[in-house]
Amino acid sequence: MKQVMEGSHAASEAVRLAKVQVISAYPITPQTHIVEALAEYCENGTMDARFLCVESEHSALAAVISASTMGVRTFTATSSHGLALMHELLHWASGARLPIVMAEVNRALGPGWNIWADQTDSLAQRDTGWIQFYCEDGQEVFDTTLHAFRLAEWVNLPVMVIQDAFFLSHTLEPVDIPDQKQVDQFLPPFSSGVKLDTEKPCNMGQLTPPSIYMEMRQHIQMAMEQVSSCYSEVEKEFSALFDRQYGPVEPVACEDAEVILVVSGTIAGTCRSVISDLRSKGEKPGMLKIKMFRPFPADFVRRAVRAAKKVAVIDRNISFGAGGIFCQEVKSALYNMDPHPPVFGYIAGLGGRDVTPDSLEAIYWKTKKGDLLKGESTWVETQEVELKN
Amino acid sequence: MISKNIPDIDYLYPGHVACPGCGAAIAMKFALKVLGEKTVVVIPACCWGVISGAYPQTSLKVPILHATFATAGATASGVRASLDMQGDSETTVMAWAGDGGTFDIGFQSLSGAVERNENFIYVCYDNEAYMNTGVQRSSSTPYGTQTTTTPGRSWKKTHKKNIVEALAAHRIPYAATANIAFPEDMNRKFTRAKDMKQGVRFIHVFAACPTGWNIPSEMSVKISRLAVQSNVFPLYEVIDGTAYTLNFTGGKPVKDYMKVQGRFKHLTDDDLEDIQGMVDRDFALLQTKVQSTSVSSPTQETASRRSGGVKPV
Ligand SMILES: Cc1ncc(C[n+]2csc(CCOP(=O)(O)OP(=O)(O)O)c2C)c(N)n1
Ligand code: SF4
Ligand SMILES: [Mg+2]
Repeated sequence: MKQVMEGSHAASEAVRLAKVQVISAYPITPQTHIVEALAEYCENGTMDARFLCVESEHSALAAVISASTMGVRTFTATSSHGLALMHELLHWASGARLPIVMAEVNRALGPGWNIWADQTDSLAQRDTGWIQFYCEDGQEVFDTTLHAFRLAEWVNLPVMVIQDAFFLSHTLEPVDIPDQKQVDQFLPPFSSGVKLDTEKPCNMGQLTPPSIYMEMRQHIQMAMEQVSSCYSEVEKEFSALFDRQYGPVEPVACEDAEVILVVSGTIAGTCRSVISDLRSKGEKPGMLKIKMFRPFPADFVRRAVRAAKKVAVIDRNISFGAGGIFCQEVKSALYNMDPHPPVFGYIAGLGGRDVTPDSLEAIYWKTKKGDLLKGESTWVETQEVELKN
Repeated sequence: MISKNIPDIDYLYPGHVACPGCGAAIAMKFALKVLGEKTVVVIPACCWGVISGAYPQTSLKVPILHATFATAGATASGVRASLDMQGDSETTVMAWAGDGGTFDIGFQSLSGAVERNENFIYVCYDNEAYMNTGVQRSSSTPYGTQTTTTPGRSWKKTHKKNIVEALAAHRIPYAATANIAFPEDMNRKFTRAKDMKQGVRFIHVFAACPTGWNIPSEMSVKISRLAVQSNVFPLYEVIDGTAYTLNFTGGKPVKDYMKVQGRFKHLTDDDLEDIQGMVDRDFALLQTKVQSTSVSSPTQETASRRSGGVKPV
């Protein structure tokens, strides 16, 4: 049934229907609506789950890690500084091969304090062994959260389902919420293959010598390499029941496109309208939305942009000293493809600044007319600020 | 002499890699004798992270879950929540952390768990420094100690944090100190903690460390005993953070305890006298609490408090 709700509640509804058993989280704007709804569900019996109200994000992920190790389905949610505080445990969760699902709301990091949309928080965690999905709207948040449990429990890796602060987390949209029976068909109860048990005592997470540590890491990489095909299976089953499918990337009008704009998150929604406007004026733009960032769907990206004359990557994030993070990944995906289109990088919308249709159209024209820039990336719509010392 | 009240069964395998005379290893042996096979042990980074065995081995006959250094309290909470959700209320969860993982980096996580009144036993085996990383000072390191980060004349000039008092201030249901030289007392305290079956029960175990204290390994138990006999590490219990029971009153001079340890060898007679004063004042304060709580709160605990005297072995 379609209901009007925030992106935050699209996440919490999926968690409710996934019958998560242990939740632990610590509040941070703009994640709070997700955990408040879940605390309410645990309190009023809508969910049969334990909500551990811990004293920090570091403890939240630690508690979820141990609960998952003991064999129940788990969930946490955070944003920005909270995710940064979890960093140590992010590695621990994937290293322990735990199918934890997290809702992550993309928010800027301080200083100065800024609660608005910016992807640098989650992208800075790209090497922690978590699968990452970036969502465009509330429906995608809901669906992807359900996918996430199936996928995580299949490949034994944790999954982050990511949405933009406010533009998505606090924006009301219609979302189709299925009933419990339908969800149960897609997502069976969790049964853990390996769990800690007093009947079969073992030692988990212990000191691990070089003679075996490396193989353990190789296995994580091997699991990551299976994610793409497992995800397509998961999506096939999901679409048979719910008739919606996304793919790790979504190419829009890319077949004959001259300039392809590569986007993620809510900017994709804006970009769709810009593409059709430009098309109606006889231009040939395309759009490639990247949903799955880890593992990076390099094959899909190569296929989508192969025939384009130019590629423009729009990043609401920055790796200082390198440039936009999606841009770096796209470049490295294309490097061994000969020939490949030149890649233009744009930094836009940091700290919640609007990326409007005009911003995207300007990027299109600049890319179409321009030569390859000297620097790594172009900053979009920034003002001249006088520096004083 | 083997005490007759200590169970024979052992959950610590021989062949573990603790240093000879390691108080922390002896402490685990006694703890598990009481808690038994239906126990999950949570261990953050510390010497015990190593003593428990490298992959693919284990030194315990019960399951062990390793945790990051700062998260023993939260990790034990998650284990408990998961067991509860699976209908298992029988299994005991025991967090087992060093002083660094308890007094310092893990204090926030422990404090949170105690405030939430989680259901598990938390043991801090206290060897009074970060031993695993090579004897650096912690906030449990006592006044007067040389460590690798308080070397030479920069020996530690601040007090040891009083962790039991900090937790008593949380109104923790049960907090007790224990010592490997008093196994029957320790046995009783673990039994009590196990039988309570709710709330965080905190046991602070004095764990002599031959390597970090620069003492002969065969002196480990004897020095542990001296810590109690000199009132440096008094044996006591606190119920609900308010009702105190003292289990032993010592009378030996502090220098008898300190002079036999390499980590204190630089201290002058004046220093030792200062330290004697500190120990006396701390012990007097503890006695005041014991007296005032046994008068002002005549609970059912009073009987056991009065009969709480123990003898070392
Ligand atoms: C976040 C973090 N910081 C530092 C360390 C390094 N480290 C491992 S064990 C340890 C000291 C442990 O001291 P304590 O808790 O007293 O246990 P002990 O080794 O003395 O038994 C340190 C500093 C770590 N593992 N994790
Ligand atoms: S360094 Fe100390 S605490 Fe660590 S194993 Fe050796 S004796 Fe035990
Ligand atoms: Mg220590």
